Amino acid sequence: MHTVVCIKQVPDSAQIRVHPVTNTIMRQGVPAIVNPYDLYALEEALRLKDRYGGRITVLCMGPPQAEAALRKALSFGADDAILLTDRAFAGADTLATSYALAAAIARIREDMPVDLVFAGKQTIDGDTAQVGPGIATRLGLQLLTYVSAVGEVDPENRRIIVQRRAEGGVQVLETALPCLITVLEGLNEMRFATMADMFRAARHPLTVWDREAAGIEDITKIGLKGSPTVVSKVFAPRPRTTRAELIEAQSGQPNDLADTLLAKLFTKHPQLGRQIVRRSS
Amino acid sequence: MNDNTAAPPDKKPVRRRKLELDPRLAAYTGVWVFVEHERGLVHPVSRELLGEGRKLADILGVELAGVVLAAPGDVARGFCDEAISYGADLCYLVEDPVLAEYRNQPYTAGMTGLVNAYQPEILLLGATTLGRDLAGSVATTLRTGLTADCTELNIDLENRSLAATRPTFGGSLLCTIVTRNYRPQMATVRPRVMAMPEPDTTRTGRIVEHSLGLVESDIATKLLEFIPDDRRDKANLPFADIIVAGGRGLKRPENFQMIWDLAKVLGAEVGATRPVVQAGWVSADRQVGQSGKTVRPNLYIAVGISGAIQHRVGMEASDVIVAVNEDPNAPIFDFATYGIVGNAIQIVPALTNAFRQHLTTARLAG
Repeated sequence: MHTVVCIKQVPDSAQIRVHPVTNTIMRQGVPAIVNPYDLYALEEALRLKDRYGGRITVLCMGPPQAEAALRKALSFGADDAILLTDRAFAGADTLATSYALAAAIARIREDMPVDLVFAGKQTIDGDTAQVGPGIATRLGLQLLTYVSAVGEVDPENRRIIVQRRAEGGVQVLETALPCLITVLEGLNEMRFATMADMFRAARHPLTVWDREAAGIEDITKIGLKGSPTVVSKVFAPRPRTTRAELIEAQSGQPNDLADTLLAKLFTKHPQLGRQIVRRSS
Repeated sequence: MNDNTAAPPDKKPVRRRKLELDPRLAAYTGVWVFVEHERGLVHPVSRELLGEGRKLADILGVELAGVVLAAPGDVARGFCDEAISYGADLCYLVEDPVLAEYRNQPYTAGMTGLVNAYQPEILLLGATTLGRDLAGSVATTLRTGLTADCTELNIDLENRSLAATRPTFGGSLLCTIVTRNYRPQMATVRPRVMAMPEPDTTRTGRIVEHSLGLVESDIATKLLEFIPDDRRDKANLPFADIIVAGGRGLKRPENFQMIWDLAKVLGAEVGATRPVVQAGWVSADRQVGQSGKTVRPNLYIAVGISGAIQHRVGMEASDVIVAVNEDPNAPIFDFATYGIVGNAIQIVPALTNAFRQHLTTARLAG
């Protein structure tokens, strides 16, 4: 089995700050990490390799420094790593991103057929969950999103069974290989990389593809040019205009504060008051 | 490589000029809402979108259509009637046995077939697991723009384009995205962000039928089983009328019990902030905010919650917000309706008692 895992390097969103005056993202000093959802995808691919054997290729589109994300994936046990990097990719929206990644995967499978493509359910910076479906659609792969468990794989008959999160429950689906799976958080626990793994990953050769190496001829399909969506405005959330009315009581005692609040709620918001009474009875 | 979000805004101010829409694009007209259903029930987000779609269609002076893909039968017809009662002028209906349960391939084929045949200018879907799965495939098949997880939709009247606003970078910024030169303009919208409209069952509209042209043997993916969620212990925050939520200000995990106590008296759901969920005080399905649930209750009681933007985006649409916090400068007081500055550990039990007494009296009074 040959599995491709798509990963992205993202800024650690927990550490992002917005400049209070200019409303721009202050990127300086924000560490770059592997998109956390993608690590679940990688671990799931590693587990399938443990069970059925085969190779894992990790693919990452990004600036040259995204090499760090690929080295990390190699330290966990990926066999090959490809960095797709070219200034022509800059400014891509999800449609243009899926074009470039699909082209790269098509290029990968010229050398070795691809049975499975894994990705995280979404990234933590874009949060769109659109690139996975985009790649599958372009390559004609069966698409399974929001997968919460990967079950039996039958490499002989080229079938796979997964559990997929739906709105009111879980779908148990069987589909044909090759397919693309995006995984939910928490479906596995990432293994540890030892010091030796990290040294090995640091020395591991990395394949770097620019646009031409990935076999992309049509530059109108990638980057800003290939992106139907345009960001027209970026702004800070509009504050809810009114400040809270502070509840006070002369005594300052919790009981009196509570009574004052209830009096407000039940007199100023009679409909809400009635609803509270109705629910409790 | 920004998934729509990281591109800097145009450096130069956009020149405001009246654009003549390319005739190829002008052929696309009307607003469509995908009517999502699973296990025989329409997802509430579809009704919310019909209400929002009605507004957009009225601004553009075009028709609003519901789109129903389903197995043949009365249930499918019922979905169409329901869409019309929630504001649609007409409903496109694709009935086929292979559409009985959601699967990406036949639903994508059904939706793209309809779009190519009837050419809407705007197509809206709920940002659910089903809606986002379908939207990504449909937009890619149609080679058009899709904006994910929107919280606000508007029409830019200068060029009739959809201005779709979504939170980005964990909710710390909002960005407005347009799809100027491609049709349809697609967006997924978070549940509980748009207001739920009142249905009008006297409304009438037409149903336009379309065929799918797929048979079961064309479809590689088979549904073996559907395991419904056990609803008993599951939080159903998005549809709660009253929510009591706790944050780090409660200081110790055992103090979170007082949130449960107050919620019990009020018949409320319990919510929490991300740090509290990460600390394991409550389960992840109770997390409110950017990376959790968006809620819209009539009453939201926030205890020991500072009101950081990541939490705020998930709850600020609540009707009445009561905040209890020790820090008078906590951002939550900037947008709550009522605030109590004080020690939550003393105030919450007092609130629980006060509500219990009030409700007992009210019940006795009938």
